[in-house]
Amino acid sequence: MSLVEAAEAAGAAPRVAAGPDRATVSGFLALFRSELLLTFRRVRTMALLGALAALPVLIGVVVKIETGGLHGGGDGGPPFLAQVTQNGVFLTFTSLAVALPIFLPMTVGVVAGDAVAGEATSGTLRYLLVAPAGRIRLLAAKFTAALAFCAAATLAVALTGLITGSVLFPVGKVVLLSGDTVSLGESLLRMVLIAAVVAVSLSGLVAIGLFISTLTSSGIAAMAGTVGLVVIVQVLDTIPQLAAIQPWLFTHYWLTFADLLRHPVYWDGVLHDLGLQALYVAVFGAAAWARFSSRDITA
Amino acid sequence: MRGRGGQAPAPVGGAAVIRTRGLTKRFGRQLAVDGLDLTVPRGSVFGFLGPNGSGKTTTIRMLMGLVAPSAGVATVLGESMPQSLGRVLPRVGALIEGPALYGFLSGRDNLVRFDAADPTSDPRTRSARVAEALERVGLSAAAGKKARAYSLGMKQRLGLASALLRPRELLVLDEPTNGLDPQGMREIRALVREVAAEGTTVFLSSHLLDEIEQVCTHAAVMSKGRLVVQGTVAELAARAQGRLVVRTADTERAAEVLAAHRVTAIQVIHGQLDGRVEGDPSGVAPVGSLDESLPELCAALIAAGVRVRGFGLERGTLEDAFVALTGEGFDVAG
Repeated sequence: MSLVEAAEAAGAAPRVAAGPDRATVSGFLALFRSELLLTFRRVRTMALLGALAALPVLIGVVVKIETGGLHGGGDGGPPFLAQVTQNGVFLTFTSLAVALPIFLPMTVGVVAGDAVAGEATSGTLRYLLVAPAGRIRLLAAKFTAALAFCAAATLAVALTGLITGSVLFPVGKVVLLSGDTVSLGESLLRMVLIAAVVAVSLSGLVAIGLFISTLTSSGIAAMAGTVGLVVIVQVLDTIPQLAAIQPWLFTHYWLTFADLLRHPVYWDGVLHDLGLQALYVAVFGAAAWARFSSRDITA
Repeated sequence: MRGRGGQAPAPVGGAAVIRTRGLTKRFGRQLAVDGLDLTVPRGSVFGFLGPNGSGKTTTIRMLMGLVAPSAGVATVLGESMPQSLGRVLPRVGALIEGPALYGFLSGRDNLVRFDAADPTSDPRTRSARVAEALERVGLSAAAGKKARAYSLGMKQRLGLASALLRPRELLVLDEPTNGLDPQGMREIRALVREVAAEGTTVFLSSHLLDEIEQVCTHAAVMSKGRLVVQGTVAELAARAQGRLVVRTADTERAAEVLAAHRVTAIQVIHGQLDGRVEGDPSGVAPVGSLDESLPELCAALIAAGVRVRGFGLERGTLEDAFVALTGEGFDVAG
């Protein structure tokens, strides 16, 4: 049996290294970088961001065309809509207020829901895990990338809102909800703060999406489940009989970001929101970890 | 015949690379792997055989830490799995149940991604190692193409390249020649031999018996979740009984004569002008003295007026051994 002999001869003088290399910090972080690149190089991600960016343009154009009719009835429509014609800066706030309840969470649901389940569907999950990526490290990288997407999505809405608003409408000092007037510079600072709060407001949903993503090997199912959950929760939040549980719904304080447009800033709602998001991240992050670290990967 | 008859051969060059004791996996009520005792010696090219559904892939997934065993223990490279997978898997390259790639990334970027997943791989040497792995599987020219444009054979090669991103102590290859043309199969086999010659132990699952016979030094056979036998390929092939083959036009007469001389399991296969009578001659004489009794059988045939055109023993193949061990054809689901 010449093959046995050949193998024995070769086995006597192996070329391969005996021990494993040490994990390095740069090696550890490589997966996080890879995950970010993977998220933002996908055509799908760009399409979602593009759709979000189109929203403020659409609102701006509609308001511009319908300006005459809006002056009379300022009571209907999304928040700040009436102010847009006087000050283009308000288009950013209007767009965020329109995007936050449905459009932003839908895109985040797609990205977070697909995070683990999508890799399972394509089979790449098993190759990442035997690399070995480490299950907790992979989950952390997915969470980080999804949070980065939240920031990018919020920024896409805010920036196109600002640009469209300043092109279509006059821009100047901003009259706050409390009636005080602040300079354009300060209003831009508040805009950055609001964008940050909106992005962080989505972190609870990211954790939920990631948890759903660990439950199934079907990316489509996880995405649909996450987006469906957002819709259901939004509906529950409008039913008066459910007032007792509504303060615990992750969407309940989302629109409190408007309080940042008061002087002095009214922080209560915003802090409630951030605290609730932290709670959701802790609970669903732990659930995702528990599920994913014990799961059999058969896809 | 059945049962765990084969003893593990003495490990070559020290400890076993893979060792399982009583390894068991239950999915709900279904027992996928049942009390597996597997020993893969260091430096071997180990063929892992079995029909579809016999538990091969579940075993590989348990060895790679993807699936947790219901009972029993598995050690890979001397450390227990899945507890030590962070230390073990960087030294293991794997191709499991076919390649899986990011279709929207180029071949090169797919490898970069999988390499980045390993925290012990050095980012500074990443692009050089990726280029080397692509070169090794013959994909350098197509490295910039999106993976979704790859043929199945190219995907298979890219999967192999990701297993070869670093020097490995163990290479686990699940059906590595699946979807390849004959030329591609030869290339992959040559690659397996080359990697083995460097001292890497290769654990190769395949349903192609001649592939196992060509490249493997050792083999194990699974059937219905159990290990049927393991040993060197030479030992396994030797278990297959030789068959007595008589070529003649007078097939019926020959069959009668052979039956009279206690040849069992006689099969008559008719050709156009010629026929083939096959039988198990082990009933004629104790194995070993068979060579002496063959001339008597031949003489008896001629004395009975059978026009013998060919007469002789055909050596057993691994396939015969397999059929004898599992009692079933190879592609039949267990």
